[in-house]
Amino acid sequence: MLTWSDEAFVLAARPHGESSAVVQLLTRDHGRHAGLVKGGQGRRQRPVLQPGNRVAVSWSARLADHLGNLTLELEAANAAHWLDDAGRLSALASAAAVSEVALPEREPHPACFEAFQALVESLGGAHWAEVYVQWELLLLRELGFGLDLSSCAATGGNDQLAYVSPRSGRAVSLAAAEPYRDRLLALPGFLAGRGGGGPVEIAQGLRLTGHFLERHVFHPRDRALPAARQRLTQRFPAPLDAAGPAGVA
Amino acid sequence: MADGDIDRLIQLLARLPGLGPRSARRGALYLLQRRESLLQPLAAALTRAAESIVACSTCGNLDSSDPCAICRDPGRDRSTICVVEEVGDLWALERSGAFKGRYHVLGGTLSALDGRGPEQLNLGRLLERAGEAGTEEIILALSATVEGQTTAHYLVERLAGLPVEVTGLGRGVPVGGSLDFLDDGTLAAALKARRPAG
Repeated sequence: MLTWSDEAFVLAARPHGESSAVVQLLTRDHGRHAGLVKGGQGRRQRPVLQPGNRVAVSWSARLADHLGNLTLELEAANAAHWLDDAGRLSALASAAAVSEVALPEREPHPACFEAFQALVESLGGAHWAEVYVQWELLLLRELGFGLDLSSCAATGGNDQLAYVSPRSGRAVSLAAAEPYRDRLLALPGFLAGRGGGGPVEIAQGLRLTGHFLERHVFHPRDRALPAARQRLTQRFPAPLDAAGPAGVA
Repeated sequence: MADGDIDRLIQLLARLPGLGPRSARRGALYLLQRRESLLQPLAAALTRAAESIVACSTCGNLDSSDPCAICRDPGRDRSTICVVEEVGDLWALERSGAFKGRYHVLGGTLSALDGRGPEQLNLGRLLERAGEAGTEEIILALSATVEGQTTAHYLVERLAGLPVEVTGLGRGVPVGGSLDFLDDGTLAAALKARRPAG
């Protein structure tokens, strides 16, 4: 019998049969991993299987490629903490839904686990939405589609970085972007090291990461961004003049 | 063929929640051995139910008339509508006897996993009812789950602007519950929803 134990976040739980559930987890050392939770639809397990909850998990199976059985013990009821907060709940649900689709199964990504943990911890603070955008940036990097926001793709300098090329994912300075800035994505100030943040920059950040998630992760699988992610975006509607950069001196 | 009919009966019974093939076989045998006292009345009741029970066009409840008995009842408080996910939740609230207003059955929650968006919920009729004269309060009695509360937040946004108060069920320690046996989530919710004692 093959077994391992790990720490994990619950990403999703689908009913299986009358009483069990197939649960998707983001584990620290085993990546995104699924397994069968017997009694997963029952009164005792359902509160544990809420997306975003942190659990101690044991997996066992006869063969490595079997789905296997999971036994879970709740470590942190993160979902319950934010049930009454529409914005934070949507961030938690979005992170779980995006992770479930984006991360390859059974491929360790400890950085994604740590980043998920950091995102959950940030929900208690004021800048949770900025952290969410940074979490998606890290997810893109872990998947091999990282954005280069350190220097201008045209000039090589790192002064007044204000846009991102939707093709290359590289930053573009305000001056170099001038002739075709309507075709570029705005780089929010908090991602360019200029502090800031706030609803307009968050909307820009979500648009930026959403573009690359769609292009590299979701569209190749013929899928749209998860509904939970779209609901999060709707909480930060971009004003009409938000296409341009914010906070560039 | 008699064998085929029995097999068919067992197969259909096995599709009921809580029954597997083995218990369905026992159930079928039990029914067949009580043909006149149980099998025939059950078959007649099933036929009648299939013919007469419809979803209420006002609230989505299941009843043999449309509008349903609850919507027709003049003794019900017309100012309050309690929004529930499924008819089973409505029945649970009715069993409690604690609510004397009217209901609205959404037909589920927003769920990406099940591919259920706002279009799949009984939402348009709720917005109409919330806008009707005399409606003062909408109580969102949805599950204390991520999907249930995501739906509740969505409804709050959709109901904003209408002249109704939108409230939600409280969460916390159940009657007869001991703190030692409560899950962490319920305890956290109970602490957050604490109120002045006495």
